[in-house]
Parts: sequence; structure tokens; C-alpha cells
Amino acid sequence: MEKTLPTQPAELVKPPATDIGILGWLKANLFNGWFNSLLTVIVIYLIYLAAPSFIQWAFLDSSWAANSEQCKMAGAGACWSVITANIRFILFGFYPHDLQWRPLLAVVILVLLLVYSRNRSHWRKSLFYGWLVGLFVMGLLLKGGLFGLEPVESNNWGGLPLTLLLSVFGLTAAYPVGILLALGRQSKMAVIKSFCVVYIELIRGVPLISLLFMSSVVFPLFLPEGMVINKILRAQVAIILFTAAYIAEVVRGGLQGLDRGQYEAAEALGLNYFQTMRLIILPQALKIVIPPSVSILISAFKDTSLVVIIALYDLLKTTQTTLTDPKWMGYSAEAYIFVAMIYFVCCFFMSNYSRKLERELDTSR
Amino acid sequence: MNTTQTDNNAIITIDDMHKWYGDFHVLKNINLTVTRGERIVICGPSGSGKSTLIRCINRLEEHQRGSIIVDGIELTNDLKNIEKIRAEVGMVFQHFNLFPHLTILENLTLGPIWVRKTPKKEAEATAMYYLEKVRIAEQAKKYPGQLSGGQQQRVAIARSLCMKPNVMLFDEPTSALDPEMVKEVLDVMISLARDGMTMLVVSHEMGFAKSVAHRVLFMDGGEILEENEPHAFFTAPQHERTKLFLSQILE
Repeated sequence: MEKTLPTQPAELVKPPATDIGILGWLKANLFNGWFNSLLTVIVIYLIYLAAPSFIQWAFLDSSWAANSEQCKMAGAGACWSVITANIRFILFGFYPHDLQWRPLLAVVILVLLLVYSRNRSHWRKSLFYGWLVGLFVMGLLLKGGLFGLEPVESNNWGGLPLTLLLSVFGLTAAYPVGILLALGRQSKMAVIKSFCVVYIELIRGVPLISLLFMSSVVFPLFLPEGMVINKILRAQVAIILFTAAYIAEVVRGGLQGLDRGQYEAAEALGLNYFQTMRLIILPQALKIVIPPSVSILISAFKDTSLVVIIALYDLLKTTQTTLTDPKWMGYSAEAYIFVAMIYFVCCFFMSNYSRKLERELDTSR
Repeated sequence: MNTTQTDNNAIITIDDMHKWYGDFHVLKNINLTVTRGERIVICGPSGSGKSTLIRCINRLEEHQRGSIIVDGIELTNDLKNIEKIRAEVGMVFQHFNLFPHLTILENLTLGPIWVRKTPKKEAEATAMYYLEKVRIAEQAKKYPGQLSGGQQQRVAIARSLCMKPNVMLFDEPTSALDPEMVKEVLDVMISLARDGMTMLVVSHEMGFAKSVAHRVLFMDGGEILEENEPHAFFTAPQHERTKLFLSQILE
């Protein structure tokens, strides 16, 4: 049964074990040089201090299904039942209890559409119509009033669907507006240019909260009597206007980063302004600004939580409301960890996607 | 009769043209008539206004006085005229200026499809024809960043040719190239000249000027100081400034 080990010819001699595999990785990433080695040791020590007690709290001593009394009796561990017991209110706010399958279905449709749209080879006309149909169905599900669906006042919309609605629409609408503003700011026509400059500087000069406040308190004063514009819509418009100003500046950076020769080559071919922008300039400029754009989109997504200021119950607010219930007071750590994870998953999706896009659009290799 | 004859034959007529950048007088009293099929090489020290001159012909730069008539159309601020002229006048840049986000084939078909409204199939066939002509057809599916400088410049020439231009402008087409790539680009330009293309070339490639140019122009300080057919220009320059310039570049 014994086999003799084949002797290795010289060309099969491997590099030193410390340069490849796990050892190589450790050496290259954690212990290259005394300073990094020191940092690694310190970080490992800190993890060693913090991790066991966190695991003890979050998993070993935690209760998942207990009611609030039992949680209080149990003592030290995490009481995740604050989530499980209130999950429907946290996710859907004041949406009527027995109709909550509708916002749930709307969110599922939205997520499916987003995931499907990740792949650029799916970007066809049919996908565009798919989004139109999807948007209509989502609106219908939330609002009701057609096909025997019971109507639900938009005042009762809340939680996750509201957060996603405000951010997905806010961001998709803000991006084109931002591009137009950036192009306008570069325009040779003085009126357009100064309008865009004033708009951008004005909006960037005020906090989002004040814009939301104005849209909800000041703006209605100017409307004719009896005319009411939906509160969610007003918040949505405020978010779009706000985000667009930031997008505009980022896109302008991309436009300026392009070589002057690209404009000249396009012009020399006889392309007009709109063709030049659409076919030559914007595809390149927008590619350059993917990383800063995504930063803005991520922060805008998180900023939607500021709509609490005008009494909209987004995901964060419904969570906070749960915590004001005397039964569940004092479990804020668990509740906030939960919403933080939802926010994190969404933001991670965005940044992950942006890296994928960058890789796919890189034509320099 | 004779005058109409010359007028018909002239494809570019520049008359008493001046241009300023702010207060700086870059082009002074330019008069130049280019006939169909004529090949002109423009040389001169840097900053002499030679690039600016040919960039005025497709209005990448605007002139302030005098007139430029290209193929019977006067260059004014009328955008429609400018776009029409740009489609007739091909331009090749020092730094190639290919569109890096498009494949070679897409670079070539973009103009015909969007400006000339050529059907995609036909535009692609034309593009492949010209890619063959500049001997680079096998790279059609690649992106500009994957090609060498010389290859990129040949693609840039093919891109201009796809628009079926009447005039080709070359703005220092070989000065950004590594020395061993200059020849492959010049060869393409020479074969273009053999086909009878009207060409205005800003270049210091004196060999090229000698072999294909009908006329050589020398510019300095924004003026055309001297013009002559190549042999006389190189052997018996009239102007002191020209002599100095030639002695410097030919040594």
C-alpha cells in the first residue's frame, strides 16, 4: 500500500509558506511591521474584553419569546421579545392590523424589483414597464380603495414601508434633478446658471429638518383655503429638493473632472448639446462620481428618519413609540440594535451595489 | 468665368480673420484659400496660433473678425450651421480623444448614427471598412484604453472618416506618440492623401510635409509669415524667422 512520495522537480517548488495561504494573509494584512502588529494585538485584546459579555447578553442569557413580566424576572440577558412582541407595530405603524399583509406585500414587491434590477443585463424596456406596474400595485396596496381593497388613510402609513417609500422615491427622483442642476450650473445662459447656483447654495445652507418643517408648517399657509396636500408628499418633495442639491454638486465635480478633449471630440463629430451630454459626457462623469453619489444616497436614506419632526411614523419612530409603552420600557438597546440592523442591511446593499457597478463599468482593463 | 471656377473649387475660404483671447491677439489677418483635394501642412513654434487656426475652421474656437466659409457655409453663431459644418469636417486631435466608455466600433458608429441618422447595420459596415483601412479591424470590440497610442490615433482617424468628411483637420496628430508609433499613423495619413482627401495638418513631421503636402505654411505670432510648395519652402525659406525655425527642427 505504501507509495513513495514523488520527488518534486525544481519548477514545482512552492514559495515560502509564510508568504501564501493563511499565514501569508496574516502576515500581509495584520502583522506587516511592528506598528500594525501592535494595533492587531490591541484590537484582539479589546475584542477579548468586549465579545464574551456581549455574547452572554445577546445570546446565552437572552429571551426571545417571553412576555415583558418574564423578561423583567429573568434579569441580565437581552430581551429580544421586545421585537418579536411588537414586530408588527415596528414594521407597519398604525396601519390597520388585519390589513398589514398589504404593506408587507408592497415591500416584498419593491425588494424583488430592486434585487432584479441589480443586474445590468436586465435593464430593458420591459423592466421599465415592470417598475411602472410595480409602483402602481404598491401604491394600490398601500392606499386601497380599488378592486375591493379597503382604503387606508395615508396618515396611518408608517414603519418600514414609509421609510422605503420616502427613500426609494426620494433618491430616484433626486438624482435626475441633481443632474439637471449640475448641467444648469455649467450653462452659458446667465439666468439658468444663476438660478441653479442660488438654488444649490440656498438648499445646502439649511438643515433638512428646517426644510421638512417649512414644507409641513409654512408651506400650507400659502395654499388657498381648503386645499390640502398630503403630508407624506410634502415630506417627499422636501427630501427630493434637499438631496438634489447635494447630488448636483457631486455631479458637477464629475463634469469638471472630464478631459476637455471629450467635449471637443463630441462637438467635432457634429453632435449637438443634448447628444454630447447624454452619449459622451454624462456616462463618463456619472461613472466617476459613483462613490461620492452613493455616500450621499446612503446619508439621505438615513436622513429620512428626520421626518419624525413632522409627525410621520417612520421605522425609527415606530420603534421609539414601542419603547414608550410602560411594558417595554428599558429595552431600548435591543430595539435600536434591531432597527440599526435594518438600516445597515439597506445601506450595505447600496454600497455593495456601487462597488459592483464600478467594477462592471471599468473599461480601462 | 474664371473666378466662379476657383470659387467652386475652393472648399475653405478664410478672409481677413482675426481672433483674440481677451486682449491677446492670437490670430492676425489670416487669409487662406484651400481648394478641394489640396493638402496643407502648417508648422511654426508653439504658441504661434497654428492649432487655434484649424480649430477655428470647425468652430471649436470662435473668431471675432473676418469670415470663414467652409463648403459654401459661412461660420456664424447659428448652431445649425456649425453642426452641419462639423459633420463635414473631420478632426483628429493630438490626444486622440476617443470615448473611453465605448468600444472601438461604438466610437466609430456614434457620429453616423446620431448625426447622419444612418441605420446601425450600415454604420457598422462603414466602420468596419474604415477599421480595415487603418488596419485595426481585429480590435473592434475592445475599449480605447486597451490599445496603444498609435492604434488609438488610427482609430481616431477612422472615426472621423466614418462621417464621410470633405475636409480633414489634423491637430499635431503624432506629437503625443512614442517614436516607434509615429510611422504607423503617418502611413495611414499618407494613404488618405493618396485617396485625394483635402487635409490641413498641423505638424512638425517634415518628411510627411515633403512627401504629401502641396503647400507648407509657416506661422509665428499669430500670422502666416510664409507659404510655399514644400521643396522651395525647405530649400529656400524667405523669412529670417522661418530659417531659424527650420534650422532648429532639422538639426
